[in-house]
Amino acid sequence: MALVRTPVAAEALRTPRRRTTFIQRESTLAYLYMIPGWSILLLFMAYPFFLGIYLSMTDRMLGWPGANFIGLENYRILWNDSVFQQTVRNTAIYGIGTVPFKLLLGLALALLLNRPFRLSRAVRAGLLLPWIVPTALSSLAWLMLFNGVLSPISWVLKDLGVIDQNINFLGSAWNARISLCIANIWRGIPFFAITILAGLQAVPNELHEAAALDGASKVQRFFSVTLPVIRSIILIATLFSIIWTISDFQLVYVLTKGGPANTTHVFGTYAYQIGMGATDLGQAAAISLYMFPALALGAILLLRYVRRED
Amino acid sequence: MNIVGENRLWSRIWQFYVPLALFAVFLLFPFYWMLVVSLKPNTDLFETDLNPFLLYSVTLDHYRYLFEETDFWTWTKNTMVVTVGATILSLACSILIGYALGRYRFRGGTFLGAAVFLAYLVPPTLLFIPLAEVISRFQLYNRYWALILTYPTFLIPFASWLLMGYFRTISRELEDAALVDGASRIQAMWQIVMPLALPGLLSAGIFCFTLGWNEFLYALVFMGSGEMKTIPVGTVSDLIRADVYFWGSLMAAGILGSVPVAVAYSFFVDHYVAGLTAGATKG
Repeated sequence: MALVRTPVAAEALRTPRRRTTFIQRESTLAYLYMIPGWSILLLFMAYPFFLGIYLSMTDRMLGWPGANFIGLENYRILWNDSVFQQTVRNTAIYGIGTVPFKLLLGLALALLLNRPFRLSRAVRAGLLLPWIVPTALSSLAWLMLFNGVLSPISWVLKDLGVIDQNINFLGSAWNARISLCIANIWRGIPFFAITILAGLQAVPNELHEAAALDGASKVQRFFSVTLPVIRSIILIATLFSIIWTISDFQLVYVLTKGGPANTTHVFGTYAYQIGMGATDLGQAAAISLYMFPALALGAILLLRYVRRED
Repeated sequence: MNIVGENRLWSRIWQFYVPLALFAVFLLFPFYWMLVVSLKPNTDLFETDLNPFLLYSVTLDHYRYLFEETDFWTWTKNTMVVTVGATILSLACSILIGYALGRYRFRGGTFLGAAVFLAYLVPPTLLFIPLAEVISRFQLYNRYWALILTYPTFLIPFASWLLMGYFRTISRELEDAALVDGASRIQAMWQIVMPLALPGLLSAGIFCFTLGWNEFLYALVFMGSGEMKTIPVGTVSDLIRADVYFWGSLMAAGILGSVPVAVAYSFFVDHYVAGLTAGATKG
């Protein structure tokens, strides 16, 4: 059999395991098993990724044949485009204004849920809802909660005499940004809570008891016993959350579509507007790819932590 | 009750029940709101003097409008076809990848494992523009295959990673014993390991289903016109017309569109939580 001369096969022959036919070998099967999944990933992930790099260097328009190579022109235009600059700032605001809150509130909720209490399973399940339902649909609830006329938040504040006029939650740049952050925090808390809760269950009880016997207060025990155990889970969840927040689309699309006056775009919504609205596919591809360095950094860090965990 | 016990009760209320109740109100209020609005007659809805949190009378008009005046049934069918199709395709591919990465030693295994993990981190917003180009080159635009073939790009990495961890926990000796008894590797996989991995398959399946059901961007861009919309896309695009918001029907669609995933995970909540954390901490 000619195949026996390949190095992998030769190595398999040297091992004193039972004699196996080619198809029975682990490595053969492993590569065969990779084929269907990786074909899809190569065709619909790797190929569009490289196609995107090429597109971003052309003036390709949606619905028009052909394209001219224009080098880094799209990137240069965007660099000087005030809406794009605002989009970058918005993404930073969106990240800084949500991730720390999601983390702290999620941690607090996890600590609460980690205590034994009646109906704890049902409560855990219920509080996970914001994370599991379709974001585009739950965002519709927020769209109404933030409505200029019908918002129940305005109604309560008016009833209490705090304000006389309804708040225009989505009508001005900063109001809209803060509203987006609140809805994003709402959706993200359960993810942090459930993830950290799983980590908390790995904290050995004996350690807590020993520390309590030594006279450590609750707060001291949290920092010296609990936190070291859940540190890496917190880091991993935070990195995930940062990546997802940078690359968000649905919430912003449903709540503001990047408005008012293009002041609340994130990369995804701006790329959608330029690509699908203004039909400038080349520039839209460049907008998406501007996310790449930050995403790659997050991904590399995550990979390192996850490997260390293994 | 003595004073010490009373203090303990009070501290439990203040340090536990009150904060937990605040979380519950914040996290669940939007759902309560959706339900109330979806059942409220328009006359009450736009009467801003009424307490908006309460229902003074109940109507099913908004639900009727959804079923009779919009394509909600079609959207539901589309979402079903796409989600089930993508889930089956992704599970089939992921079982194979997860099995190989989790149980076989082969050259490049570590690298491919890392590559699967990195693929999971690629967000749809990074790819959707060139992917739209790919979809139109393959002439899949506005066809079910556009989503059935693209959803696996985020479902396969996730499910493979989850299943890899699961397959790894199943003892190797069991498989070796079957091999000694003359079973082939493929027989050992299907008859010995798969039945033991059933809970893992179930949670991977639920995950693929919910992630597919919830997807929005690809559905909007690749299948967003005419009769081919999914529930989230159809709801957002057809029930908001310029400045006219069909609030009652929007909320009704929000509730109905969330029910399948809520049901899917309430039946398997433990698997779901296990899967979520496996996904979050291991990939």
